[in-house]
Amino acid sequence: MKRFVGLATGVLALCAIVLADNALLINGAGATFPYPIYSKWFDVYHTKNPNFQFNYQSVGSGAGIKQVTEGTVDFGATDGPMNDDQLKAYQDKHNGVGILHFPTVLGADVPTYNISGVTGALNFTPDALAGIFLGKVTKWNDPAIAGTNKGVSLPSADIVVVHRSDGSGTTYIWTDYLSKVSEEWKSKVSKGTSVNWPVGLGGKGNEGVTGLVKQTPNSIGYVELIYAVQNNIPYGSVKNSSGNFVKADLASVTAAAAGAAKSMPDDFRVSITDAPGKTAYPISSFTWLLIPQKFQDAGKRDAIKDFLKWMLSEGQGSVEALSYAKLPKEVVEKEKKAINSIQ
Amino acid sequence: MSNGRLRWRKFISNFMLAMTGVCAFVSVLVLFFILGYLLFNGGTSINWDFFTKLPKPVGETGGGMANAIVGSGKILLLASLMGVPIGFLGGIYLAEFSGKGMASVVRYAADLLNGVPSIVIGIFAYSLVVLPFKHFSALAGAFALGIMMIPITLRSTEEFLKSVPRMLREGAMALGASKWKTIATVIVPAAYRGIMTAILLALARVAGETAPLLFTAFGNRFESHGWSQPTATLPVMIYTYAVSPYDDWHRQAWAAGLVLLGLVLIINILARTILSRGIAVPRS
Amino acid sequence: MATTTTALKGAGPVTGSRSFFARLRDGDEIARLVTLLFATTVVLITAALVWELWVNSALPRQKFGFHFFVTSVWDPIMEQFGALPFIYGTMVTSAVALLIAVPLGIGAAIFLAELAPPRISDTLQFFIDLLAAVPSVIYGLLGVFIVVPLMRTVIYPALNKPFGYLPIFKGPSYGVGFMTAGIVLAIMVIPYIISVSREVLLSVPRDQREAALALGSTRWESTWKVVVPFAKTGIMGSIFLALARALGETMAVTMVIGNTPKIAASLFAPGYSIAAVIANEFTEATGDLYLQSLIALGLVLFLLTFILNGLARLLIVVTTQKGSEVGG
Repeated sequence: MKRFVGLATGVLALCAIVLADNALLINGAGATFPYPIYSKWFDVYHTKNPNFQFNYQSVGSGAGIKQVTEGTVDFGATDGPMNDDQLKAYQDKHNGVGILHFPTVLGADVPTYNISGVTGALNFTPDALAGIFLGKVTKWNDPAIAGTNKGVSLPSADIVVVHRSDGSGTTYIWTDYLSKVSEEWKSKVSKGTSVNWPVGLGGKGNEGVTGLVKQTPNSIGYVELIYAVQNNIPYGSVKNSSGNFVKADLASVTAAAAGAAKSMPDDFRVSITDAPGKTAYPISSFTWLLIPQKFQDAGKRDAIKDFLKWMLSEGQGSVEALSYAKLPKEVVEKEKKAINSIQ
Repeated sequence: MSNGRLRWRKFISNFMLAMTGVCAFVSVLVLFFILGYLLFNGGTSINWDFFTKLPKPVGETGGGMANAIVGSGKILLLASLMGVPIGFLGGIYLAEFSGKGMASVVRYAADLLNGVPSIVIGIFAYSLVVLPFKHFSALAGAFALGIMMIPITLRSTEEFLKSVPRMLREGAMALGASKWKTIATVIVPAAYRGIMTAILLALARVAGETAPLLFTAFGNRFESHGWSQPTATLPVMIYTYAVSPYDDWHRQAWAAGLVLLGLVLIINILARTILSRGIAVPRS
Repeated sequence: MATTTTALKGAGPVTGSRSFFARLRDGDEIARLVTLLFATTVVLITAALVWELWVNSALPRQKFGFHFFVTSVWDPIMEQFGALPFIYGTMVTSAVALLIAVPLGIGAAIFLAELAPPRISDTLQFFIDLLAAVPSVIYGLLGVFIVVPLMRTVIYPALNKPFGYLPIFKGPSYGVGFMTAGIVLAIMVIPYIISVSREVLLSVPRDQREAALALGSTRWESTWKVVVPFAKTGIMGSIFLALARALGETMAVTMVIGNTPKIAASLFAPGYSIAAVIANEFTEATGDLYLQSLIALGLVLFLLTFILNGLARLLIVVTTQKGSEVGG
């Protein structure tokens, strides 16, 4: 009996310690594409506002959309904007209340590879990329690749394609681009966060794909720019619609968004892949936070609104260090107004 | 029988028996290899930070898994609170009260539950706890793990209670004790050791489970408070860090692996030595 | 209300004829009801689990029917879901695992049961039990950092160069794939084969061995030709047990299998298993058909392990009973 009482007291004491609730926890989940900058932002924001903890789980855009629709997280994140069916599904589940897209940064999908002896940037044409991911270009020294890379000695090894195994906005961006530049891709595979890949291995998250490419010789994958940079793996240039081979960087990604900045729709859903412009990087994209239009919890709503305002002003200052491009001024202004519509 | 043929058969016999010895030692060697490898890679990465700091933003080195260690502890505690009473009291029912029919139904259900793959239990916990309450939580994770603890606890309680000598029971009843008093004050204490070890083994088994936590406890960058917030746990952190490309995260994954394996092995060794050293039921 | 029974017939409180509330004042009835409640909870939980699985996988059953099991397309955009690649992957990796683990495991069990002195046998069994306790994610960790490079640098060249014309050894190596997953699974299931086989071998009566030896057989011949066949069913049981464990393995497999929903003849190709696809895609399955197709896969897995576990138990019980019947 004594032992039982002792145990019970211990358990209750533990509960008391554990139940002490000091900060407001706001849960979000979604895209791995912007995870490096989001984790940095939430960390800095928490230091400035210790009462708020933004817990962001990098599980992929597909899961972000799903979980915010189910209501199991407070906000989502995706690089593939929700389509009309998904928006309607959200509204149906939430009594007609909608969900808003808020662009946060500009980023780029880069083709990253692991070929022994090749440390520089290979030039890829749209046909080469489509061919590789369709499984039709199977060797690294195929003319489709070798033709635009004279002077680089490419091995006759088989290409190991790496793609995403989870529902991914990064995949959406990549397949959106391939659908625009390849009729065959469009009809066979088309675009989406989770597609029926003709070939390749699946890695979980941008992290998983980078990890697989890093460890697998003769592999190629598509990842957000910062993942290639942070892990020191080479990535290639892609031929844009004006015929120039452009490598992804702040300038080329910003150039890709130039046109969209002016004609941004009210719901902020837009695709900037294969954008016109001599210096534009063709596989660039916005990435969005998915914020419900109405919040039950006033505390969470105010915290999120405050974070969004901070993100659009101070937050933008830290994006370039992680190789993301800042949002165009016009978009920032438009978003500031949109924040007010969150109830 | 010719001598040559006999020599050949003897040779084959010695050879094959030696091969079986090789099989046995190879199997055991694997365990030591795993331990050694983890000790080497994890040992060099364990430092004070690992136990006390929170994870750092992506790409930055340093940080630790303090929240995951606490989170795992919390979930295991709650899982035990859920699973052990059900298994324990159910086991008492099977050993002391039940008729044949009900007993076989309960035993069958427990065996069935025991064989369910842990990912399927995760699906169950997601539909039952996460969706209705609309958030990932330590509670949901504990629910999944608690279910997994039930069958082992139930069967072991039943077995150890049944193995208590009749003399003890009869003695208590002869003294006028009612049934439940006999159970509470004589039989259970007698079988205490065996039941404790079973609980420890069940705990060790669920401590390493990852799959059911993926969509119940989810994950948390920070310390989680209370039972209803998403929680970081050691096994899920190991998984996330291991498949990432960052070397620093790999280092931390090894450290976490060492801590987790150490915990599981220590519990196992403890449980088995208690069981083998003491007689599960003391002679009167 | 059933009559209360006591541990000893004829002794203790008088049974049955009192009213329910009168019995309730007696602590025993409360104790019985309380423990019955908890025991029923176990049954309820199990029933609820099976029910949830069945009900929440209704859509693909309605839409695809039997074709769900034989279609190999897994396309979330087109909403075409076929379970074949995952069933194939689960089968193949388990088969590879058993091919490696069964000879090793039975060999080790023979050594422990027949040759090793009891102290050594018990000590080694202790270590093997510890091996069974190692968490799956740790095997995954070791798989990613040790087995995958090993596959790429040692195993693949060793098998592909001489035997590359065989369909199972054809094609490029990715490091990850069916064989890698099979190897990791083999290490995970060996302890189960060893401990159960060792027990059934130990339960074979001494007479059998002694009779064989008396007839002039060597140690090995008596073991292999008499003892093992006697324990055959039990050993089969241990294999089924190991198979059931391999089928349900999630983490270690998803970390080394390549996560590709394709059927390929080559063991070096990447693939997918039922448990792995659920782990990867469950939290993001938008749309009811997608989610329910994953749950349907979970149901398939559950049924497979259920059948195997049941068979295993049956076989093991039969063998150990046979041992005690034939006489010691």
